[in-house]
Amino acid sequence: MSQVAARVRRAMHHWDVWVVAVVCAGVTLVVPLLNVLPSERSPLHASEFLVTIVGKFACYAIVAVAMDLVWGYAGILSLCHALFFALGGYAMGMYLMRSIGTEGVYRSTLPDFMVFLDWKELPWYWHGFEHFWFAAAMALLVPGLVAYIFGFFAFRSRIGGVYFSIITQAFTYAAMLLFFRNATGFGGNNGLTDFKRILGYPLREPSTRAVLCALTGAALAISYALCRALAASRVGRVLTAMRDAESKVRFSGYNPVAYKLFAWTFSAVLCGAAGALYVPQVGIVNPSEMQPSSSVEIAVWVAVGGRGTLAGAILGALFVNGAKSWLTVAFPTAWLYVLGGLFVVVTLLLPGGLLQGIRALGRIPSGTARLARSVRSLAPKRDSSSPPPAHSIAGGEKTPP
Amino acid sequence: MTALLSVDKITVHFDGFRALDELTLSLQAGELRCVVGPNGAGKTTLMDVITGKTRPDSGTVTFGGRDITRLSEHEIVALGIGRKFQRPTVFPGHTVFENLELTTKGNKGVFRTLFAHLSADERQAIERALELTGLADQRRTLAGLLSHGQKQWLEIGMLLVEQPKLLLVDEPVAGMAQHEIERTEEILASLAGQHTVVVVDHDMAFVRSIARTVTVLHEGRVLAEGPMRDVQNDPRVIEVYLGA
Repeated sequence: MSQVAARVRRAMHHWDVWVVAVVCAGVTLVVPLLNVLPSERSPLHASEFLVTIVGKFACYAIVAVAMDLVWGYAGILSLCHALFFALGGYAMGMYLMRSIGTEGVYRSTLPDFMVFLDWKELPWYWHGFEHFWFAAAMALLVPGLVAYIFGFFAFRSRIGGVYFSIITQAFTYAAMLLFFRNATGFGGNNGLTDFKRILGYPLREPSTRAVLCALTGAALAISYALCRALAASRVGRVLTAMRDAESKVRFSGYNPVAYKLFAWTFSAVLCGAAGALYVPQVGIVNPSEMQPSSSVEIAVWVAVGGRGTLAGAILGALFVNGAKSWLTVAFPTAWLYVLGGLFVVVTLLLPGGLLQGIRALGRIPSGTARLARSVRSLAPKRDSSSPPPAHSIAGGEKTPP
Repeated sequence: MTALLSVDKITVHFDGFRALDELTLSLQAGELRCVVGPNGAGKTTLMDVITGKTRPDSGTVTFGGRDITRLSEHEIVALGIGRKFQRPTVFPGHTVFENLELTTKGNKGVFRTLFAHLSADERQAIERALELTGLADQRRTLAGLLSHGQKQWLEIGMLLVEQPKLLLVDEPVAGMAQHEIERTEEILASLAGQHTVVVVDHDMAFVRSIARTVTVLHEGRVLAEGPMRDVQNDPRVIEVYLGA
């Protein structure tokens, strides 16, 4: 325990940790409390809309952190992280469908879409999802298992760089087509929707939504802390070493397959958790979540925020999605151009992303960091949170001859 | 005395080209062996076969009495064969110290590594390597920023920390300045005795200065083997090196 405490104390010297702490506190405490406590006429009142959007963005931020772990640190550019997110979402969605009970349009115990398709009984893979704990476990296990199996074959065959990215993209596309089919049993292109309650609490109720938002904030904080601890461990150093010189890692006695699988599966599990938190807040999950473009967008968040920094990934997810929410309303036709332009500008001018930009703008005032710095202004210490050296976008390997 | 490493009738084809042709070679513990030969003689392919990077079409490699022909790279490393590449390969995004830390001997499984901390012994081994390679002052420098020669030494240092039983060194002085070559000679000489070392090179001056036993490869076969003086005067070797 004291080791953990020491680590936390050390982490507090980095301003990026404070940025994340503020974001997490905002999502976990400030927004939900401002929604629940002040009366609706009070200027301090946080609207339903704000609570939902903040909760949604926090889910995206979790995915971004997970993506940064595999892309920024391990150099694996995944273009199927939205699939893991959607799988987690579907698992939770199945529970929410089951908990509608007989309140559906057809007053049947079966989910509406099954009645519509004239199915007489629940498919075997829907069993168990009437229990919350089962669905929650599946939201983590299914993406983890899918990622593990896919990763096992891909990494064992030493598929890397752009080839890996292309295969992941094909993978999520194939899954999308599968989920679009009515016969697959997940509601076809309409997906799962019309949810009524979670654990007995009505989803329309503001307090339920505030709690979900708070939980998402806590999940974001935990995801960030886990990924940061992982990155700071020797495994984190092996991951970055693999990104820079995989062959040398192999000849240093490490099995890259095991390390990649570990980071990859862990990342997918985090995405599953994010998806499971997302669906009750948004009220729908359908196969369009699995579109390749959704996964590309995740990569854009991370690139815009700053790869290999974790905090940057969170900022990137919030910034890009914030811009998207605003622009798709204000200038609907311009959004895709802005997104593309943003990616180009960041790649060309700010390879370290927003985080690098902020850092360049000046020392971000962080009480402890500044104090610590002025006390021991001699002997500048290496800032372990500085971005890693530039490398190719797909984390291409430099092989020795 | 049984051999530490024996390579038995190894054949490797690359698209019809015979890189190694029933090559047989054996090595005693504690030996410092130089493998020389003109370009394309199969020196690097031999290293690739021993370290598991290339699978031979036929033949076996035995190390310490164990058949390692079909093992993968990291398993071979775990058994105690370390390799230094021709081009210096270090982890550019890590400091010199972290580079050495990553190669410390021991269990390299994911979960062990997750909670790994440097033991006093490991710290000492790293300090010794820093000392021997003259990189003690650069311990906090990113390895990517080191000079070519320093990278070569760091890579040798990483192998020292790893403490392999057998050390394979591929063209350690290629692209080095004269004073760097001398320093490398010193480092390698200090290794012989405690470790079994195989040096691959075609720089005859360098080989002459460190070698005791020399193996000459030509077209994937052993052309001659013995003390440097004998090998140098072998008419077949002269022919291969100077042309008929």
